[in-house]
Amino acid sequence: MRKIKCALIGSGNIGTDLMFKLLRSEVLEPVWMVGIDPNSDGLKRAKEKGLKVTHEGVDGLLPHVEEDCIQIAFDATSAYVHAENSRKLNELGVFMVDLTPAAIGPLCVPPVNLGDLAKATPMNVNMISCAGQATIPIVSAVGAVQTVEYAEIIASLSSKSIGPGTRANLDEFTFTTSNAIEKVGGAKKGKALAIINPADPPMIMRNTIYCEVDGEPDREAITKSVKEMIAQVQRYVPGYKLVNGPDFDGNRVAVFMEVAGLGDYLPTYAGNLDIMTAAAARTAEMFAERILDGSMELKKLEPAQ
Amino acid sequence: MTHEKAKSGMEGLKVKLHDMSLRDGMHAKREQIPVEMMVKIAKGLDAAGVPYMQVTHGAGLGGNSIQHGRALASNAEYISAVAEVVKQATISVLLIPGLGTMKELEEAFECGARSVHVATHCTEADTSPQHIAFARKLGMDASGFLMMSHLNSAEGLTEQALLMESYGANTVYVTDSAGAMLTHEVSHAISMMRDALKPETEIGFHGHHNLGLGIANSIAAIGAGATRIDASLAGLGAGAGNAPIEVLAAVCDRMEIETGSDTFALMDLAEDVVVPFMDHVVRADREALTLGFAGVYSTFLLPAKRAAERFGIPARDILVELGRKKMIGGQEDMIQDTAMTMARERGLLKESA
Repeated sequence: MRKIKCALIGSGNIGTDLMFKLLRSEVLEPVWMVGIDPNSDGLKRAKEKGLKVTHEGVDGLLPHVEEDCIQIAFDATSAYVHAENSRKLNELGVFMVDLTPAAIGPLCVPPVNLGDLAKATPMNVNMISCAGQATIPIVSAVGAVQTVEYAEIIASLSSKSIGPGTRANLDEFTFTTSNAIEKVGGAKKGKALAIINPADPPMIMRNTIYCEVDGEPDREAITKSVKEMIAQVQRYVPGYKLVNGPDFDGNRVAVFMEVAGLGDYLPTYAGNLDIMTAAAARTAEMFAERILDGSMELKKLEPAQ
Repeated sequence: MTHEKAKSGMEGLKVKLHDMSLRDGMHAKREQIPVEMMVKIAKGLDAAGVPYMQVTHGAGLGGNSIQHGRALASNAEYISAVAEVVKQATISVLLIPGLGTMKELEEAFECGARSVHVATHCTEADTSPQHIAFARKLGMDASGFLMMSHLNSAEGLTEQALLMESYGANTVYVTDSAGAMLTHEVSHAISMMRDALKPETEIGFHGHHNLGLGIANSIAAIGAGATRIDASLAGLGAGAGNAPIEVLAAVCDRMEIETGSDTFALMDLAEDVVVPFMDHVVRADREALTLGFAGVYSTFLLPAKRAAERFGIPARDILVELGRKKMIGGQEDMIQDTAMTMARERGLLKESA
């Protein structure tokens, strides 16, 4: 079966973990990995796996896009360079999956809105953040039963799983995730908190989701909706697990989740990597299937005047 | 034979007191300090000559949340109200990256805050560069605040302090959030930092009184080179509270360490205003002592007591378990989670995930 050829931009934790997932895909084939440090572990791993690599950033990839038929690119660099990367690749007709907090394209949480996004034909979709991927499905599941007036999520991440880019730009993570809780999760107001915990052995990614609903919560319906949603996420992130809850206290619903990873690149504690890369891979697969069956056509975007 | 008393060698040192009653004290009041009370206490501190006072939600900027409790007023309202009445003191705020953002720091600045504690866990200083740099850009006094310092070695703390200094912090704190540090550990860490940091970078110490060492540790810090000490009226703060500022001022007076503050005025403010206002006597009770003993974030005290009541697990057991799991400041959600898991294991909570 024909596969859609992909490029990975960024050779850090996320890019490298994503490569391992794409190597297993039935419709995606990773062909290029782009870095900026010739000695990065990610580029070394990519070379071992038979990918072409460049350490000259996205400009090192551009001349090869057409000859290697790259149709989808994943950006796991930083919010500051993403817009430029996206513009250059869109001009060559490459569809962009954005794993930075830049969020210039529509926000995507697969079990919540991938179906809707597929009806449109964006050239760039944004994966929000690991915390967003881990918590927005729950907010949306509660919201499917009752209006969520306010949703607050707390993501606890192991120190070893957080790379230098995220660390230096925590505000972007906070803003992008808070915004997505409203835009995709459907909460009237959203707030995101992140905690980086250095415990050794590292703690598995934990997420707590608080929703304040309009009126007395319908306990039975909310519990059912949340559990159904968890099963949906488990289809692409098997380590997504309910630890406690849903707990009801007044109009407040609390759900305590854990995300264990598959251990593709970093060990299983780094569920935050997995949920991000698995969501990105799933999103790309859906668009790849549409490209393959001819229902979506990639057009070169005219350079802006 | 002479009868002269021994000297400490600290005579003549100058120390800046930084009051925490209106920030850490918020924890002890479940974030329920009315604006008028903040104004009253701030006026008293200002008149007593305390040079710095911190004013925000207990968890700082962005703190109003389910996770950290909702205060009676917004940070902007508290800061503006206090800024209107203080004459000499500098108003500071707390900012924990991951919770507070630069947007909120700018707002605090516009309301009158001129100093900030940018707080990270004691091994995660590299989550603070954008906030420290932004504070300095605004012209604020910026301290790097290494929380839960008992979980890092003196060498490790020094490394982290150097990072914060490199981002632009003009002060770096050893922050004993769990009130778990012993006196010789405070001295050792601060001496090492003093040797490594630029001479113009100040060192601060923020203590909690969970092991009864709030004052002793503060004095040890001064002896090792700290020039800024956080403290609060009657110790109003999380856990067994901070170092009581009126006691610290009195000890400094006796030791001839200059604080520039009026000790009697602080004693009056503590006794006449703050103590009658307390919801509970802030002291090293069984649970607060457990915090210091097990090395648990002091702010966990009251939420752990609430979870204990709701799920039927003794608060001390919950706190010890949180310490074992190495939970850190900001992970208040894990208190209920841990209590629920323990309750299920003990057959007190049916039904699970």
